[in-house]
Amino acid sequence: MSEGNTKVIARIEDATLAFGERVILKNCSIDIVEGAITCIIGLSGAGKSTILRLLDGLLLPSAGHVYVHGRDICHMSEEQLNKVRQKISLSFQFSALLDSLTVGDNVALPLREHTRLSEAEIRRTVMDALDSVGLVRAYDNLPAELSGGMLKRAGFARAIVTRPELVLYDEPTTGLDPIVTNLITDTILRLREKLNGSAVVISHDLQSIFAMADYVAMLFEGAIIAYDSADGIRNSRNPIVQQFLSGSEIGPIPI
Amino acid sequence: MKFLDRFGRATAGFFEYAGGLTLLSAESFGFVVRARIRVAETISQAALLGVQSLVIVLLTSLFTGAVISLESAQQAVAYGFSAFVGGAVAYGSVRELGPMLTAVVVAGRVGAAIAAELGSMVVTEQIEALRSMGLEPSRFLVVPRLVALLLMLPLLTIFADVVSIVGGAWIAQVYAHISYESFISSVRESIGMRDVLKGILKAFVFATIIAMVGAYQGLSTRGGAAGVGRSTTFAVVLAIILIFISNFVLSFFLFG
Repeated sequence: MSEGNTKVIARIEDATLAFGERVILKNCSIDIVEGAITCIIGLSGAGKSTILRLLDGLLLPSAGHVYVHGRDICHMSEEQLNKVRQKISLSFQFSALLDSLTVGDNVALPLREHTRLSEAEIRRTVMDALDSVGLVRAYDNLPAELSGGMLKRAGFARAIVTRPELVLYDEPTTGLDPIVTNLITDTILRLREKLNGSAVVISHDLQSIFAMADYVAMLFEGAIIAYDSADGIRNSRNPIVQQFLSGSEIGPIPI
Repeated sequence: MKFLDRFGRATAGFFEYAGGLTLLSAESFGFVVRARIRVAETISQAALLGVQSLVIVLLTSLFTGAVISLESAQQAVAYGFSAFVGGAVAYGSVRELGPMLTAVVVAGRVGAAIAAELGSMVVTEQIEALRSMGLEPSRFLVVPRLVALLLMLPLLTIFADVVSIVGGAWIAQVYAHISYESFISSVRESIGMRDVLKGILKAFVFATIIAMVGAYQGLSTRGGAAGVGRSTTFAVVLAIILIFISNFVLSFFLFG
């Protein structure tokens, strides 16, 4: 899949998804460019996290398609989806580490389950992943013993330990202080360089978004209404985008 | 119309629940048959779910045997049938009360624990995280608990049978002066190995009920902490009801 000079690693095409009577996405389309960081912005409850779950095959649209490497994942069996998921990692908003396992065992989990590496190799790889997020000393800690920022970074380590082609970050900076937010933003940028891969980031933190995004998409009322480079979005004339970026109460976005 | 609407929804809900429970059970037993079992986790669950239930099962069984003995010894001594007290205790314990009470106690303790643990994992997105890593929650979480209970509940039932008879013998001796030799001789005449094995067969069925109802209820949790509470309560209630129903059906076919 390629569009001009850019190569698309994943694509959502005309996806519609509803939970009961509540429509979350309606004819939503977005391309995820290979090797780039794509940030998705939008109001709370707009369906941004739903887009990540569509890309990971955790949710399937009631209409439309989701392509990963050009293959429609909507009609795949769970077994086929599990193979696709090994190339895509989702870093959860609240990290979602298994609370009965230590940080080291959490990060080692995908390696133990999907590879034939020896325990020594697994430990080395896990240490490398934890080192990438500055958490080597937390190897033997339980998730309950970590702070919010450390939990997020431990979640990142688990997400990147298998060196996935696409990492999906669900609100990585929400609820963190400015210093930790900067640390997390830098970590995402470093991880992208280290993995030489692609990332999709959902966030409300505009400073963080413009610090890391190659592309920005705005989700509004179930559809992507603007998609451009970070500068393109910053200078967008779309009144909805302008109101969102300025944080103004006055404008076309209903409060 | 309202009644029909409610009836329709309830019927659809029942079949949805039964279907989901059956599918999860089939998927889990599929992994067991293909030997895709996480051994270390299963051993850990066996210790957690089985070994830690031992004391409560032993206490319950001891006093159940004792009370059967107390009631029957009173009548037996009055009518001169004291030689049959051991048989009465063993008959009731090994065929019915041993497997069933053990299962009820374990359902209360373990079924609730499984539902609460898996339910908490659902609301904290840990189950979704497993799926996003390409891991099946049924193999990863349900199978170890199922296998652990399939191993531990029959063992607990055997312990319960023995302790129940010991409790009965103790009370018969203290209360009705029936000697241990006479009591044990009566036990031997009343039950055989087939009765013990049938009781153990029941334990396998009850173990499946407790593990699968707890797991399914936990994995179907919706709605945060309140949802976890609802799942836990419902898992225990449903498991106990199903244990009583299946006990009747099994007794009908095994002993009827």
